[in-house]
Amino acid sequence: MHSVTVNECTVAAQEPPTIRDLMYHITETLLVDKKDFDVFVEDGTIRPGILVLINDTDWELEGEDEYVLQDGDVVAFTSTLHGG
Amino acid sequence: MPSRTSNLCERCEASKAVMRRPKNLQKLCKECFFHVFETEVHLTIEKEKLFQPGETVAIGASGGKDSTVLASILKTLNERYNYGIHLVLLSIDEGIVGYRDDSLATVKRNQQQYEMPLEIVSYKDLYNWTMDEIVSCSGVKSSCTYCGVLRRQALDRGAMKLGISHVVTGHNADDMAETVLMNLLRGDTARLESSTNITTKSTGSPIKRSKPFKYCYQKEIVLYAHYKKLDYFSTECTYAPEAFRGTARVLMKNLESVRPSCILDIIYSGEHFKLKQRKKRPGPKTPALQDQETEIRSDGSVSLQNNGNRCERCGYLSTNRICKACLLLQGLELSRAKLSIAADAVPKVEEDQLQRRLQHLSF
Repeated sequence: MHSVTVNECTVAAQEPPTIRDLMYHITETLLVDKKDFDVFVEDGTIRPGILVLINDTDWELEGEDEYVLQDGDVVAFTSTLHGG
Repeated sequence: MPSRTSNLCERCEASKAVMRRPKNLQKLCKECFFHVFETEVHLTIEKEKLFQPGETVAIGASGGKDSTVLASILKTLNERYNYGIHLVLLSIDEGIVGYRDDSLATVKRNQQQYEMPLEIVSYKDLYNWTMDEIVSCSGVKSSCTYCGVLRRQALDRGAMKLGISHVVTGHNADDMAETVLMNLLRGDTARLESSTNITTKSTGSPIKRSKPFKYCYQKEIVLYAHYKKLDYFSTECTYAPEAFRGTARVLMKNLESVRPSCILDIIYSGEHFKLKQRKKRPGPKTPALQDQETEIRSDGSVSLQNNGNRCERCGYLSTNRICKACLLLQGLELSRAKLSIAADAVPKVEEDQLQRRLQHLSF
């Protein structure tokens, strides 16, 4: 994917941060245009059609939003919605 | 914190699973996924007898994930199962600055990577219009209408130029289910019945089109491209996506998240729709139902019944006196005059960009 941006981020939280926390962290800190929120998030989770890979593994095998982030995890969001 | 249950591949039970298949929720490791995915495409090709030995097949290549995976897999399968086909990349240059020029660069790299000949046909050469010019003339809203009609013809013409009578495209299961839904929602019964055909052909046209990925989930295509580290281009077209298709897509993606098999289920339903034979209405404007390309024009152009009619202007196959592309272009030419005056004052590229920005503002 051409538009991959690699962001190393530190998510500060009392509780161990999950993918859901990361999602809100991204929308708060990385989204330039607030309109893009709905492109990324729907009903409190990552919008269907966006493929999430945690360390190159389908997030469906890792507990989806509930996955607890570890130091050094690489999380990739890829839209499958754009044209072929 | 409950640790996840064993994430071993359910096929080889040896490696770590990396993905879950949407169609049956099976967990697979990378190698098993490649094997299963490639084999399923092969089985589809076999079952539908898509290719003849010795045949030259053009891959409609956009540089996007679907067509890149298609090129890669067809090359692999052709070598593995000796289809004996010759593969050629065929790309359309719509003339969209910042979108198509970048994706064509990807196709050119694919040409090297897959060692296939590449032919690029441009709207500019065929129609003397680029999409950028068309949009600056007619607005963003109708861009997909123009582009769709022109691309369909451009692919055919490109294939004809190469003497090829078979074009394969990267349309996947998601696209097909979406089309079924769209036709259903629009009540477009004429298209509904044929929309799930793996191979289609315009009446009288020497060129057939096939979709070897008809049963492949978009998710798996993206994963395949990702895990195989294929070189593909992924950006949304600069112009607004087709609104109704977008809505159908969102609806389908939401359904898929509740019931992943629904995409295949929709295709299955589509394949089994059998419409009641409709009585042909009398009069010269009777639409030919068996022809997928038939378009009823409001300008009084006569829809002819016999097959293999040619457009009076460009000679392209058309059921009407003048083909749809020529009609659209005719409409455009009328508004071109206004443009050329402005073009004297402002350089073309800047003007296009300005126009595009203005069109975005109006929303």
